[in-house]
Amino acid sequence: MRAPGAIKSALGAVMSSVGPYDRNGSTNGHKPYRYSAFDLLRHGFSQADWPRAWRRHDPKSSYDVVVVGGGVHGLATAYYLAKNHGITNVAVLDKGYIGSGGSGRNTAIIRSNYLTPEGIRFYDRSVKLYETLSADLNYNAMFAQRGHLTLAHNDSSLRTMRWRAEVNKLEGVDSEVIGPDEIKKLVPFMDTSEDVRYPILGALYHPPGGIIRHDAVVWGYARGADALGVHIHQNTEVTGIDVTGGKVSGVRTKRGDIATPVVVNCTAGWSTLISDMVGVKMPVSTFPLQAAVTEPVRPFLNPVIVSGTLHVYVSQTDRGELVFGASVDPFTSYSMRGSLEFTEGLAGHVLELMPSLAKMRLLRQWSGLCDMTPDFSPIMGVTPVAGFFVDVGWGTYGFKAGPVSGETMAALIATGKMPDLIAPFSLDRFASGSLMGEKGAAAVGH
Amino acid sequence: MILLPCPYCGPRNVSEFRYVGEVSERPDPNETGVEEWRTFLYTRNNPVGWTTETWFHSAGCRQHLIAERHTMTNEVRASRLPEAQLPEGQEERATGGNVAGDGGGAIY
Ligand SMILES: Cc1cc2nc3c(=O)[nH]c(=O)nc-3n(C[C@H](O)[C@H](O)[C@H](O)COP(=O)(O)OP(=O)(O)OC[C@H]3O[C@@H](n4cnc5c(N)ncnc54)[C@H](O)[C@@H]3O)c2cc1C
Ligand SMILES: [Zn+2]
Repeated sequence: MRAPGAIKSALGAVMSSVGPYDRNGSTNGHKPYRYSAFDLLRHGFSQADWPRAWRRHDPKSSYDVVVVGGGVHGLATAYYLAKNHGITNVAVLDKGYIGSGGSGRNTAIIRSNYLTPEGIRFYDRSVKLYETLSADLNYNAMFAQRGHLTLAHNDSSLRTMRWRAEVNKLEGVDSEVIGPDEIKKLVPFMDTSEDVRYPILGALYHPPGGIIRHDAVVWGYARGADALGVHIHQNTEVTGIDVTGGKVSGVRTKRGDIATPVVVNCTAGWSTLISDMVGVKMPVSTFPLQAAVTEPVRPFLNPVIVSGTLHVYVSQTDRGELVFGASVDPFTSYSMRGSLEFTEGLAGHVLELMPSLAKMRLLRQWSGLCDMTPDFSPIMGVTPVAGFFVDVGWGTYGFKAGPVSGETMAALIATGKMPDLIAPFSLDRFASGSLMGEKGAAAVGH
Repeated sequence: MILLPCPYCGPRNVSEFRYVGEVSERPDPNETGVEEWRTFLYTRNNPVGWTTETWFHSAGCRQHLIAERHTMTNEVRASRLPEAQLPEGQEERATGGNVAGDGGGAIY
């Protein structure tokens, strides 16, 4: 398909107006702007700049709620506080630019075929929210539900997949185990022969799974929250949290002190540093996770493909690039440097699955920080310090959970009642020994 | 190159090692309570900065070792054998921290 020049440049204008940080966050008080097909066309002809997607403010001396971390979790929490509960005196603080953490680095896989009933219900609510997110936010997040395949190369993973499929079905999630012939139909060039080192015995097939444009999700929530009155403060690092009489009373930032009765920790890989500020200990370790992308080629790969045994997964973006990922780096670190071990291992495993990709060239590799927990499940809710909430432990799988986490955390903060969906993920489950056991569905298949 | 100094083998590529985790004091199973035990099992310090941790030289001498590593730069400043592994009557055997001098040390 070939777009006429005007539409093409209009698309260009959309991309650049919502693009890099320095173009956004102006102080102009523009009225929230609705995007539409007509405006796209009009801008294409006029070549005029688009209004800023969200505004910049000076920090106020106090807010009702301060969210630390401007990733999808922090921004969604602020958005739903304003939209569902009318709490608009809210600030989102980020030490860098919004989306500079995992939310701008992930491989954007969305799915709900987890292993535990609690996990499945929770992630499935997020998939439902993602399905209507573009319309709700008036911002195209390009959610493509192309299907998600988790390959089994041995009997034990096939067994876990059958287990997962049954629990998925019980929870009403579309999920089934399919054999090599059906896999071949979905992905014709995959090597499903028996005489390879890791023959494919079957796969867990999850049709509603897919990929999304992660930047657009972050920017869409930022724009939506801004329009409802939320203040987004970039380059505003939190350096301390004040607690008075067991209750949160304010945060200290590099741009001054802010009084607030409620602080929400949405800082993923950095979350133990924030919790340490109020003396809350969490079972979280920060591991880097790397990913890589190839040059774009014509569309040939529809579903997302994951192989736990080979520690690799791949999807093709709308632009045609292949996005590859793997499991976390082998040791904890706050460094976001890529490694040659990763690229080497990745290339070997990808070629095992799809030998025809031998001539593809990698364009880039990058790394992000993941807040791993012992049971591959998040930590959400209240803490021993009144007014200090956590929404962390997102590991390698938290992007898909952005919408439902925002919705439930906002409900918890606004009503003081723990939503059923997140009750199993409380911090005190570690002391009481009620861990979740989601590893079988979350280790490589983010 | 990512190098970890093994007290037995000298500086080796980090891919030869298995990361075990932060060193933490294990409470006496006969004395401890459930909460303290679970804190020991699950809670980590996860600092930005220097941390003391256990590694296992799985593709080398197959010994455990203790290393001091900076979690932001991945620099390793010292490594030694765990006390439990010292032969009787022998002092702790430490490997000099700054292997950077001979071409590595910082692990990235
Ligand atoms: C390579 C990679 C691939 C991934 N793939 C997937 C996937 O396919 N599907 C999936 O669901 N998930 C995936 N994830 C995981 C997902 O990216 C994260 O779980 C998710 O983005 C976490 O979002 P968040 O909003 O909680 O945190 P983040 O997006 O990490 O945001 C945290 C923010 O906190 C800010 N911050 C930190 N400290 C401070 C401070 N002191 N003061 C102020 N701000 C601070 C940071 O600047 C950052 O912007 C992947 C992650 C990586 C790295
Ligand atoms: Zn050794």
